[in-house]
Amino acid sequence: MSAITGNLGLATKQPEHKSDNYLTHGKGIKSWLFSLDHKRIGLMYMIGVLTAFFIGGVFAMLLRTKLLTPGLMYTHNEADEWNFYNHCFTLHGAFMVFMFIIPAIPAVLGNFVLPMMLGAKDVAFPRLNLGSLWCWIIGSIFFGWVLLGGILHAAFGPFANYWANALIPAGLDTGWTFYTPYSTAKAANGTVEALLGIFILGFSSILTGVNFIATIHMLRPKGMTWFRMPLFLWSLYATSIIQILATPVLAITGLLLLAERTLGVGIFDPALGGDPVMYQHFFWFYSHPAVYIMILPAMGVISEVITAHTRKHVFGYNFIAYSSIAIAMLSFLVWGHHLFVSGQSPLANAIFSILTFAIAVPSAIKVFNWVSTMWRGDIRFTTPMICALSFIILFTFGGLTGLFLGALSNDVHVTGTYFIVAHFHYVMVGSALFAFLAGLYHWWPKMFGKMTNKTVGNIAAILLLIGFNLTFFVQFIAGAKGLPRRYASYPPEFHKYMVTSTIGAYVMAVALFMMAGNLLAALINGKKAPANPWGANTLEWHTASPPPHDNFPVEPVAGDPYDMGSWVWDEATEQWVLDEDHARTVAGTEPTVHQH
Amino acid sequence: MLKILGSIYMPPEASTVAPGVDWLFNFILGITAFFCLLIFAGMVVFCIKYRHRPGHQGGESPGHSTGLELTWTIIPLIIVLVVFFYGFRGFLDMSVVPPNSYEIIVQSKMWNWAFQYPNGTVTPELHVPKGVPIRLVLTSDDVIHSFYVPAFRTQKMSVPGRYNRAWFQATQVGEFPIYCAQYCGTSHSKMLSKVVVEEPTNFDRWLEEASNPEKQTGFTPQKAGEDIYKSRGCIQCHSIDGSHGTGPTWKDMFGSKVALSDGSTIVADENYVHDSVLYPTKQIVQGYQAVMPSYLGGLKDKQIDWVIAYMKTISEPYKKSMGSSGAVPTSAPMHKDEPARSAGSNLK
Ligand code: HEC
Ligand SMILES: [Cu+2]
Repeated sequence: MSAITGNLGLATKQPEHKSDNYLTHGKGIKSWLFSLDHKRIGLMYMIGVLTAFFIGGVFAMLLRTKLLTPGLMYTHNEADEWNFYNHCFTLHGAFMVFMFIIPAIPAVLGNFVLPMMLGAKDVAFPRLNLGSLWCWIIGSIFFGWVLLGGILHAAFGPFANYWANALIPAGLDTGWTFYTPYSTAKAANGTVEALLGIFILGFSSILTGVNFIATIHMLRPKGMTWFRMPLFLWSLYATSIIQILATPVLAITGLLLLAERTLGVGIFDPALGGDPVMYQHFFWFYSHPAVYIMILPAMGVISEVITAHTRKHVFGYNFIAYSSIAIAMLSFLVWGHHLFVSGQSPLANAIFSILTFAIAVPSAIKVFNWVSTMWRGDIRFTTPMICALSFIILFTFGGLTGLFLGALSNDVHVTGTYFIVAHFHYVMVGSALFAFLAGLYHWWPKMFGKMTNKTVGNIAAILLLIGFNLTFFVQFIAGAKGLPRRYASYPPEFHKYMVTSTIGAYVMAVALFMMAGNLLAALINGKKAPANPWGANTLEWHTASPPPHDNFPVEPVAGDPYDMGSWVWDEATEQWVLDEDHARTVAGTEPTVHQH
Repeated sequence: MLKILGSIYMPPEASTVAPGVDWLFNFILGITAFFCLLIFAGMVVFCIKYRHRPGHQGGESPGHSTGLELTWTIIPLIIVLVVFFYGFRGFLDMSVVPPNSYEIIVQSKMWNWAFQYPNGTVTPELHVPKGVPIRLVLTSDDVIHSFYVPAFRTQKMSVPGRYNRAWFQATQVGEFPIYCAQYCGTSHSKMLSKVVVEEPTNFDRWLEEASNPEKQTGFTPQKAGEDIYKSRGCIQCHSIDGSHGTGPTWKDMFGSKVALSDGSTIVADENYVHDSVLYPTKQIVQGYQAVMPSYLGGLKDKQIDWVIAYMKTISEPYKKSMGSSGAVPTSAPMHKDEPARSAGSNLK
């Protein structure tokens, strides 16, 4: 075996190679806030979305704690208590959806990894990328404003001063769905600020999408045909299509809502001659595809993690790639399944129902492919792998419970109940969150050159899985029994489910703190990570950890991204090393190693 | 067996469509269980068999298998088509209203329900005869609500500005909760009511009584007024203890002077109350918003009289005026020295 350690300073122990990586390249806060480096932008996004996740999480804890009792928990009168709860679930949903789950995987992991998977120096339009980050920051400031306003109002309001009232929004209690006419005619006055925030956040999403599509088209390296692209890139590509096509609809809908709320233009409010159901069509025309903005990249991460940690070529590459595109396309045609009881005609309901079932098939294909990838593998129970296995469990369950909702007559019974809450948390939280964690743990060594503690990470992941199921499984039962969602108070028969759920939420909180603590601990005293700690073959592992500012000193040539045979475990150095002979024999591949 | 199991996760089956829905639910549950077991078992077996350990080598295996992949594309496709079919069929049963059904208008507003029967009677709880198809026409005065009766597996949004339809036929005598299943603001979770299913003869008797409270034993106008206050939604916005809600309190309101938003004042007499209830936007009380819904067509004059009778029992100014002059107050000012009552002055 003529094993050569890769080029790019992974075994070349020259200190200058080590000292200059993207983290040390440029100092000072400005070099981060205005960096054009996709890796730094990815990390900035990470800090941002994790902050949003934390705030959304605090609200989750507040509302779950409220639900320990059907009566008063925080205040002394019912109206205040219900209002507080309504604000909590609205802000929980808005922070989690618009500022965390939608950007989490594309903007953090995608930004960091995508150019490197392409062997490129950066994305196609680095300035646009920075613009996207700033759109996110500015959009989020609006939400911060709503949040702060809500707190000030709760503490000191209502304000006598006209300007104080106008400038300090009284929180947000529309639900993250902003259904009209409640949102335009009745709700607390943070609606305007929140909608502006969503409008701007939308641009962050669009710009990322444009950038990724352009980058994938233009910057693929020598040897990387479309069907040699890592599956994560396929899924990001599919996601980007949705981001570009669907987000503008949300933006326009938001503007129409603003026009109605501030100028009294009648669009959705029947009192002004509008149609409130039209709003639901507009909203879900974005927000259903948005569900796939959350889950498609998650599926991409899982494809990468499973093959890397089972050291097996992914099973059924083409089916997985095509299914991403199929999901993206179909996702535009199913929004009406949110309107089955709105008075939509039975014919429209039937069409949306059948299309909804159609989209279940490509999702099922992926699950089967992932499990088959493990067949005859060499499975390592690393933290990313445990997270990926948890993902499969939760996604299977979340996906299958979707069948109950797609079936028209059943949906009539469970829509608007906790069944829905449980279903979409399994998909959006269980699955997308676990995929995000899997990705963070998988690429953490690449990002910071440090290994995370496997034991702590695995315990946290398993605890999170347990806590998650405790929280949300019982909600299926509560929902099937008829408990509507967004209920601040509830009939006593549901008490046991609500209490179980809240306990589960606390377990989740503990597990997530462990997860986060473990990641941070790795930065401080983690073992130094080699260039390729998992022996994976996608291109980002062909450069040093953490990567240099330009990613690759020498432009790499891509082979089969899942050809695990090209990396061999070297007992002496306890590292994965590139087997050049093997890499060369992979059809169409030129050696990825250039000696210099 | 399934029925017993079902009672763990389903509400009682009290309508004609409920057994069908539950059958489909259990069918999908079976599919879910089967695939979960298949996938989880596969994962567990692979995780044990192919776990990394000293001496273990990952084997070679094909990178794909078109036959296998087509199989697991086509089988799920067939299954979901079957589920779609049964779901759609069940939905048609729910949507096609049988002829000769009994029509009840469901009026929803923040945050209560009112049910109007063909003879014009309106009640806060829904009473229906067992075994008779009931056709609901759903309307909303303000925002979107959703009329949901878990025991009937029936749900439909009530959307302002349009009429939605739903129907059901109860199969079981009893009381079943009605929930609002579409978030509608502060007291969404208290927008509750119940369906009372009765034998047809009992239902007829009940409706007869409900339409003529005077015939009920123990009837007094004051008590009937209080019932309306509690059951027709006034209680949501008007307090009787002096505290401010969405609307002004009724304590000491009748017979007092009321400051209006146009700067004038008016004495709250019978005409004023009558107009406030039927044409609420005509005179707006200072410090309040014009959010009170009109009860034109909702409350009959006789019922408004009862409400007035009730208001009088909780109003000191009125009782005082009765004590001094002994006459029913007219629109002539009575307490010249008293400042006009308005919420604005209290809010400052
Ligand atoms: C959605 C809340 C709401 C409901 C429900 C409601 N009201 Fe009102 N009501 C108001 C508001 C706000 C005002 C003050 C503004 C105005 O004058 O229109 C008001 C004013 C009134 C007034 C004039 C009171 C005064 O202090 O001068 C009367 C009388 C009245 N309502 C009767 C009723 C009756 C009877 C019902 C039930 C059948 C009812 N309201 C239900 C909100 C409501
Ligand atoms: Cu409601």
